Amino acid sequence: MFDLDRWREILFTFQQHKMRTLLTAFGVFWGIFMLVMLLGVGKSLQQGSVKNFGGHTNTIWMWSGSATQIPYKGLPTGRRVTLKDGDLAALRKLPELGLSSSVNNLGGWMVNQYIVRKSKSGTFPTSGVEPEIFTLSGYTMLQGRAINDLDFKEKRKIAVIGPTVADILFEPGESPIGEELEIGGVNFTVIGVFLGREDDQEDQEKILLPNSTLRTTFNQTGWIGHFQLAPKPGINAAVLEQKAKAVIMSRHHIHPSDMNVVGTYNAQKDFDKVNGLFTGIKVFSWVVAIGTIIAGVVGVGNIMLIIVKERTREIGLHKALGATPSHIIGTILMETLIITLISGYLGLAVGVFCLEGLTSFLGQQHDVDMFANAEIDFTTALLALAALVVAGCFAAILPASKAASVDPIVALQDE
Amino acid sequence: MIQLSNLHKYYGDKNRQLHVLKGIDVTIEEGELTAIMGSSGSGKSTLLNILGILDHFDEGRYLLDQQEITKLTEKQAAYFRNKFIGFVFQSFNLLSFKNATENVALPLYYQKVGRRERNKKAAELLEMVGLGDRAEHMPNQLSGGQKQRVAIARALVTNPRVILADEPTGALDSKTTQEIMQLFKEVHGQGKTIVIVTHEKEIADACERLIVLRDGQIANTTSKVSPL
Repeated sequence: MFDLDRWREILFTFQQHKMRTLLTAFGVFWGIFMLVMLLGVGKSLQQGSVKNFGGHTNTIWMWSGSATQIPYKGLPTGRRVTLKDGDLAALRKLPELGLSSSVNNLGGWMVNQYIVRKSKSGTFPTSGVEPEIFTLSGYTMLQGRAINDLDFKEKRKIAVIGPTVADILFEPGESPIGEELEIGGVNFTVIGVFLGREDDQEDQEKILLPNSTLRTTFNQTGWIGHFQLAPKPGINAAVLEQKAKAVIMSRHHIHPSDMNVVGTYNAQKDFDKVNGLFTGIKVFSWVVAIGTIIAGVVGVGNIMLIIVKERTREIGLHKALGATPSHIIGTILMETLIITLISGYLGLAVGVFCLEGLTSFLGQQHDVDMFANAEIDFTTALLALAALVVAGCFAAILPASKAASVDPIVALQDE
Repeated sequence: MIQLSNLHKYYGDKNRQLHVLKGIDVTIEEGELTAIMGSSGSGKSTLLNILGILDHFDEGRYLLDQQEITKLTEKQAAYFRNKFIGFVFQSFNLLSFKNATENVALPLYYQKVGRRERNKKAAELLEMVGLGDRAEHMPNQLSGGQKQRVAIARALVTNPRVILADEPTGALDSKTTQEIMQLFKEVHGQGKTIVIVTHEKEIADACERLIVLRDGQIANTTSKVSPL
């Protein structure tokens, strides 16, 4: 219940020592401000790093690696593995496998293909993919539709293009859907425009075709360039990577120790490393910030002890007039909590404001995307406030118990 | 109203024990105006503190309005102090950030009486002690005598059974002392039990009964007809 008398008493104490109260509150303010800044900037760095993974946080790339170096089952060294449709079919029997796609590149790995559209032309990385690649890579459609199973099955000559391709080959405002592109001398109909991984320029420049069409049209039926695989939810990509590699090595009679014959890259390893790093940064931030808050709160506790000492006579009088120990404790607790909560809340608000400013400023700088989303989430803010309340209560324990134990006789004799 | 039987009080540890009160036996009847005198160190302030439940005693028995006052918890002691006793101190002990009304109303705050009601009651008491026109004054705007009047009003506001005054005129000039003593007599005239610890013979003479303490014991008890 609102107790005006108690509030007036507390405000009077604050007014009597404005500078002291302000400096005391600043300790807590600074602790929370540091916490918000450290966590916000840490989170923005983490988001920036994770964003670089796009949808590929647990994707496994698998390709034909170096020649065999260990003879196996009577087969000589120097053999190279060629990935085939049968390999993908075998991989798809793995219970751990969630999404998969074969991928072939037109012109070879990292080679751009010359594309013509009416009087316009450009070079773009052109790949054959399967429908699941859109989910696997986190692509979203801006216009039209994605490649579907029927396109793949019927080897339709259709293409889905990135927004940069559309910008270069089409007039502003012109819809690319239904238009023809000449790829390697063959006409393909554009059926959609997709948005690739955010901030991945290469994705935006891609042209995707059904892999069945690409392989047939451009004479790549004998091999598959690489596989992209993703495990089912809840399964670690490392497990799938190990099993998938074992399947391919077994099918191609590769010695189990001849590890480089089938090349793999597991994005989850890097993702986990990045996440681990940022978890460490987060823990460090909390430790630093909590340390700062504790320092602030110790300051509050210290000042409250001085306040109790100064008000010994007054506390003694209250007790002589009928104040119970719980009332005295309540007043000191409330006083401590007011200082910590107001200063802490200000620290939180100013911290969030500064983060917003930082985001707004750096958001305009195109080369510092890593900080573009500096923010603190609601749960963390609540946790910070909870930490503050707990810290405030701890700060109040000693002064409050001192106040409650004031002997009214001694207090009233205290001149 | 107050009954003390064989009351003992010690200070210090077992090895260096100071026997401050040595078997005090005294009964103060309801409506009595009693003075306690004694030289410094005679134990009169200790006795008043025990009567005011501000201090504990080690042996004996204390009955306040038929209530056994022994081994009380802090909460119980706070209740008894608030309900049964009104204190008047030598140095007034008014809160500097509260005006006269709020100072008088303070004991009622601990009884959880509503703000409006306690201020009304406080205003009545201030009127009674002759400070009706000073209700909104802060302590630093009042003279010593006025402050003590406020303190007396505060002691009366809960309508306690006993008023305990510790050197209530010790910080006042002789004219104001007479005024305050007159006020005590008026309060006594309303039937209140008042116990005053004092060094001043004039104050003691104005009381119905005088208890003289010497070396922790009652040296003399004198009763007389009230000058009123």
